[in-house]
Formats: sequence, C-alpha cells, structure tokens
Amino acid sequence: MGLRTPLYDLHVALGARIVDFGGWDMPVNYGSQIEEHHAVRRAAGVFDVSHMCVVDLRGERVREFLRVLLANDVARLTRPGKALYSCMLREDAGILDDLIVYFIDPSWFRLVVNAGTRDKDLAWIRAHAAAFGVEVRERSELAMLAVQGPEARAQLASLLGSPDAAAALALDVFCGAQLGEWFVARTGYTGEDGFEVTLPATGAAALWTRLNELGVRSCGLGARDTLRLEAGMNLYGSDMDESTHPLETGLGWTVAFEPADRRFIGRDALEAARNAGVAQRAVGLLLDERAVMRSHQRVATSAGDGTITSGTFSPTLARSIALARVPAAAAAVGGIVQVEVRGKLLEARVVRPPFVRHGRALV
Amino acid sequence: MSNVPADLKYAQSHEWLREHADGTVEIGISDHAQQALGDLVFVEVPAVGRSLAQGEAFAVVESVKAASDVYAPVAGTVVAVNEALAKTPELINQEPYGSGWIMRLKPSAAPAAAGLLNAEAYAALADAG
Repeated sequence: MGLRTPLYDLHVALGARIVDFGGWDMPVNYGSQIEEHHAVRRAAGVFDVSHMCVVDLRGERVREFLRVLLANDVARLTRPGKALYSCMLREDAGILDDLIVYFIDPSWFRLVVNAGTRDKDLAWIRAHAAAFGVEVRERSELAMLAVQGPEARAQLASLLGSPDAAAALALDVFCGAQLGEWFVARTGYTGEDGFEVTLPATGAAALWTRLNELGVRSCGLGARDTLRLEAGMNLYGSDMDESTHPLETGLGWTVAFEPADRRFIGRDALEAARNAGVAQRAVGLLLDERAVMRSHQRVATSAGDGTITSGTFSPTLARSIALARVPAAAAAVGGIVQVEVRGKLLEARVVRPPFVRHGRALV
Repeated sequence: MSNVPADLKYAQSHEWLREHADGTVEIGISDHAQQALGDLVFVEVPAVGRSLAQGEAFAVVESVKAASDVYAPVAGTVVAVNEALAKTPELINQEPYGSGWIMRLKPSAAPAAAGLLNAEAYAALADAG
C-alpha cells in the first residue's frame, strides 16, 4: 500500500483506477482519460494534487534566503499573494526540483514542491535555511485541489460567500489569497485558467463533491499529464532532473541572471554553461503519422541524436506531440527530425511549445 | 472488476476468441486488457488474406499510455477485419467483446486444440494481475 491523500476513499468510490505515482496511490482516471482531458479544455475539471508538498518558510530573513536558494528571483514578488515559478538548483546547476513560491507576507513565503522529490527537497532547504534563521515547516495537514478549465473559476467562486467570491474572481494570474480556510491561487498545470485551492484535509472531500454536483468533472493524473504536455509544461523527472540544467530544458526564462550580484546556488555553473554554449535544447515535436511518441525514444537529427523526454497522444490535436532534447543545431522551429518509434523512423516537425493554450491549438 | 463472458475462450496474452457456426473465429482483446491500456487512440489491423501462426503478432493497439502487440490465439487466415477501428478505436474501450472486435480468422486447426483458457481460468488470471 502506498501513501494516500485525504481524498483516496472518495476516488475509489468514484470508480477511479488507482496507480502508484512516486509512492502515492493516485487516481489515473475515472473511466476515460480523454473525456476528462476534453472536460478541462471545454468546461471544468478537478484534480487531487494533495500529494504535492506544501512548505511554509518563516523568518525575518526569508526573502534573502530565497534569493540564494532559487534560480528565479523572489525580489520580483512585490505584492502579497503573488507567485513565481522557479527551479531549485544544485551547485553544479543540476535541477533539484521545480516549484512555485508564494509571497504571503514579508516574513512568510510558501513553497509547493513535487511529491517525488519531497525528502531531498526538505533536506536541502533545511540545510540552507539554518544560516538564515528561517523556520521550515511542511504542511502535510493541508490538501490541495486543482480546479481547471474555462468555467473553473466561476464554479469555485460560486461555493464561496459574497466578499470571498468577488476576491477570488479578482485574483490576477499567478496570484493567491487566503479566503477563510481556503488559500485560493490562480495557478495550474493545464494551460487553462483555473484555481488551485489549498485547504484543511478534513474539508477536501466535501469540496470535491460539491464541485462534482456543479458539473465539474473528476480528473486523474492521466489527463493532468496530457494537458500539461499540450501546454508545453515540463514534468520533473521526465523533462528535467539533476543531470540537466535549466538552459537545456527550456527553462532559461525562469532563471534571473539580473541583478548580476545575486549569488543564487548554481549561478556559477550555469554562467559557465551559458558561456561555453549550450549543446542541447528543449523543443516541441509534432508527428503526422498514426503513432505515438514516448519518452526515451531516439530523435535522429542532422546534428546528431536527441531524446524524447515526454511524449503522448494529444486529445486536442488528435495526433502525437512530444517534448524532446536535441542538439542545439537541430533545434530551429520548422526543422524536420526523425523519431524512432517501435523500430521505425518517423518524420516529426520541430515546433515551439505550447501546443495548446486556452482551448486553442497553437501549432 | 473486469467482464469475462462465459461463452468465449481466452489466451494468456489477453485476447478473446468467439467460435462461429461457419467455422471462423472472431478475435479481440479482453475487457481487462482494454482497462489496463486506457483510452485507445490508434489500432493497426492486419490485411485480409494474411496467414498467421499461433502466437504471431497481428495488430497493434496504441493507447494514451502505451502501444501493445496483439497476438493470434490460433493459427489461420484473416477473412475480415474491423475497419471501424481506424476512425473509432474507442470501440475497443466501449465494447471490447462486441463492436470492438479486431478480426475474423479461418483457423487452420480446431481452436479447441489450441490450449486456450475458459472464462473461469481467464478471470483468475486477470484478477491475479
């Protein structure tokens, strides 16, 4: 038996197919992954993301600490509630994890990190926090639901009282607010609008059921993966890990090199890699043939071989899409590469992710 | 729990076989197999007239999750294939024992001799994993 979220019994009662995901027993679908995917692109769906790890950081010097710990710069967070996506790097610039950091108040920030990296993340964060006198507290008593899709915000807001509903609907993209017992943030991992709600575990099943009653569809990790891949978002452990750095995994935009005097962990190695010239780049691939690209498949290019890091069938585009790491010389948009799928070399076109955003095809 | 109709025979590799009065057999994949695969997105069916050995891969079923070969439970010649699967592979998810059939075969020997499982034995196998 694996770890279980507070919603496990409800998932089983709803007919979920349960799979192991990084040690957690999680719902992969409740019948049809493709129908769940379409529900999020066209209306609204709800995902259990309670396996993710919420960590509160408190202390006078917490901002100073995070400016060292993270490759993106929390100095960009000037308004309480504002969030930032960042990598957390080793000294050699290998990616320890990708995470979201929320600025709650000047002495309190919140991180949401991946479930599969929880242990090493907490150890790493604690090891570096001590010097700044920052308290590190995991909030395992909280559950997290992602409500995603064009109708998601209105559906969730309808469950809030009048001042809170208006406050939720007024949230800008990548901003959150504590509304009663719920921390509501306009974030997600699907390429659609929506909220992620962090709340006491005891209230999670009731919220899920009320959303279902409004017509919000229960969605599993299967749909979460096809949605994030269509949205061109990386998955830790597939598209990046400790053996790769942000500049070769499509995450250069998340690294704040300015100001030049901010000495974040991994900076020296990353600057060295940048100055040496990045040999590999992350690209999107689109396949015309009736086959599906999968992770670890070989990508043959005129400049040498690359690898598929995530591949799937895109329900929105009705064809296979992938993220791949290829030689930099073969990374130009519009180029043609060959992907080895089940023993055959099939032509794929290099595109710039995202493939789909807000229900619309972009490639 | 998956559905295992009592009137069919099954292969350990999760294909089912239905014997018809005209001596041909209809073949598809089991409910257990389609559940394990998840939503099907592409199905490659064999050419009519192709001759198959027992255990030979004759089709590929590709789901959101993975691609799998489908193996001939008995030897024979392909006499018909389910053309509808090209446009609607989800028929296998919806009705694995009905409109989701994959091919009809004219066996080169009596199927009963092929060492297939009955429903009870197959249900035990499917439950075990």
